[in-house]
Amino acid sequence: MMKSVEQKTLALNGNEAVAYAVKQSDVDVVAAYPITPQTIIVERFSEYVANGEVETAFVCTESEHSALTACLAASLTGARTFTASASAGLALMHEMLFVTSGCRAPVVMAIANRALSAPINIHGDQSDTMAQRDSGWIQIYAENAQEVYDSIIQAFRIAEHPDVLLPAMVCLDGFQLSHSVENVNVLPDEVVKKFVGVRQYPMVLTHEGKMVPLKLDPENPMTMGPLAFPNYYFEFKRQQEEAMKVALRVIREVHDEYAKISGRSYGDGLLDSYFLEDAEIAIVCLGSTAGTVKTVVDELRAEGIKAGLLRMRTFRPLPVDGIKKVLGHVKAVAVMDKSMSFGGFGGAVFHEVRHALYDLDKKPFVVNYIYGLGGRDTSPMQIRGIYNDLQEILAKGRVETPVKYVGLRE
Amino acid sequence: MTETVEQHPLSKYLRAAMMPHIWCAGCGNGIILNAFVHALDELQINLDKLVVVSGIGCIGRAAGYINVDSFHTTHGRPIAFATGVKLANSELEVVVISGDGDLFAIGGNHFIHAARRNIGIKVICANNFNYGMTGGQVGPTTPLDAFTTTTPYGNIEHPFNLVHLAAAAGATYVARWTTLHVRMLTMSIKKLLQRKGFSFIEVISPCPEIYGRHNKMRTGLEMMEWFKKASVISNFSDPAKAEITPERIVIGEFVDIQKPTYEELLHNKMAQIMKGEGE
Repeated sequence: MMKSVEQKTLALNGNEAVAYAVKQSDVDVVAAYPITPQTIIVERFSEYVANGEVETAFVCTESEHSALTACLAASLTGARTFTASASAGLALMHEMLFVTSGCRAPVVMAIANRALSAPINIHGDQSDTMAQRDSGWIQIYAENAQEVYDSIIQAFRIAEHPDVLLPAMVCLDGFQLSHSVENVNVLPDEVVKKFVGVRQYPMVLTHEGKMVPLKLDPENPMTMGPLAFPNYYFEFKRQQEEAMKVALRVIREVHDEYAKISGRSYGDGLLDSYFLEDAEIAIVCLGSTAGTVKTVVDELRAEGIKAGLLRMRTFRPLPVDGIKKVLGHVKAVAVMDKSMSFGGFGGAVFHEVRHALYDLDKKPFVVNYIYGLGGRDTSPMQIRGIYNDLQEILAKGRVETPVKYVGLRE
Repeated sequence: MTETVEQHPLSKYLRAAMMPHIWCAGCGNGIILNAFVHALDELQINLDKLVVVSGIGCIGRAAGYINVDSFHTTHGRPIAFATGVKLANSELEVVVISGDGDLFAIGGNHFIHAARRNIGIKVICANNFNYGMTGGQVGPTTPLDAFTTTTPYGNIEHPFNLVHLAAAAGATYVARWTTLHVRMLTMSIKKLLQRKGFSFIEVISPCPEIYGRHNKMRTGLEMMEWFKKASVISNFSDPAKAEITPERIVIGEFVDIQKPTYEELLHNKMAQIMKGEGE
């Protein structure tokens, strides 16, 4: 692996990796509210603030709704902003998630993925972020603490890119990543500061006929988030979709540029393939589960079984062309969902992957496995069972049960 | 002669299967639950008519420990939930037991509006000055200059005075005790259970493990010694002046008035309308 810049190795858990990356990213405003398993992020960061290690205005608000509202407002004035949440906290932000993306405010947020109530559960699954997939936020799912660190730094560049201007969430599996200590290589402060740079603003024409940077500034007054009735609203929404399309390109570009500096890359930044080139059977998953799946792929490969893995690093925007390209030749695909869409046909990731493959002339079998809800552990043996099922589907030439559950008492 | 008892006389009030509890050594939550259970027993409250609602936080577990119909809500929502229960069946005694972060930060709006409309629910707040369960972050009652995990050089936010807030918002019974004042607290809970309108007790509760350790009170005993040294009982004094400082904690009953409850007014109004008098 190339290593262009000398780096320190720190023992950090996923939450600390987030806090460290935010510390280095020259953030102006952080507003947050405590919720397990995210709290360590804000605790660590508040220490940096108190120690004078960062020039950040920090406030512990009275709820997550207020935390995101404060970040949104700060972002609209031109500040670089960050917050973190999880589960019910993210759900409480729901209203403001749409306002943030609709205002094109590039807020960056870390989510330590956690199950939703009821019943109350503090452990990891992806129900919280999957419930927000249509909120207009970029969603990046990290596999380990190192990628968490790298993704946070990249997220500021992606979100603030003048052709994107969309809020971004970096998702880390609650406890598996948020609380597990790993070796994390960190870039020097000045390298990160230079990489994230100073926030750039697109120039816009005001009602006074002046070209000014897009930010709330008393010198150049403008209104943000105004009424847009049937005559204009639709165009705003279409522009958000266009920004997501641009984000597909920008995520790759930022990822590649960062890879040159850090020596670390995650596929093409959108999709991370593992032994997919000649794979006949493959699993698709998000987040830390990929680590377990890779171990099983290694074992299967040693036995001569052509197994592969596609880890979707970016779920929003959805890399449709990439999914078609890397999975098109696979014969049977199992998509793993760590959340449910009650009454639907499988989980959210399954919907999207199967949907993306529909236009192919020769389509793989695509089945769904719901797993790990409420933090239930998923073992290598269970992953092996999924690959066994895929082999069985190929042997029989048909799918009998398209949606299955892993490790569930029924 | 010694007598052998099979069960603790108050054990019927608790769910033994939920024990041991999660509360730290030196925590005041057990004292509050104990006082509540004693009040229930002394009043012989009909447990089939009692509902306990709690929110998120250490004391939120109370809803799971007490052996009555109960609900553990998401963060900040117990008063909104209790409002629904009381409206659906106003014969039920509905008690919210929750913490300062839950009731006065994320759920603060529910508190002031329930007090304003005087819905007949009863709120017991364990005030431990921080978000204990999530690791000790600064909260709405953290005293100025206090140290927490998010204020490592001292808190710069002014705290709420909860009894003043409750009184100003319209609560009909308002009291503050500490977990040192167990008998007063139990008597006060009995009063709370006998009042009709929105009633509120703040209980200053020690949190040595998460809060005290940052503030030179590393044990439950040291926190209780602070309560003993600083507490001043000043019944029916001005709640605006009921301060909580290292030197002085003003406790006692502050408000005990009567006014029509929301559910009474609602039912009266409905009866009037049904009789055609509302036209």
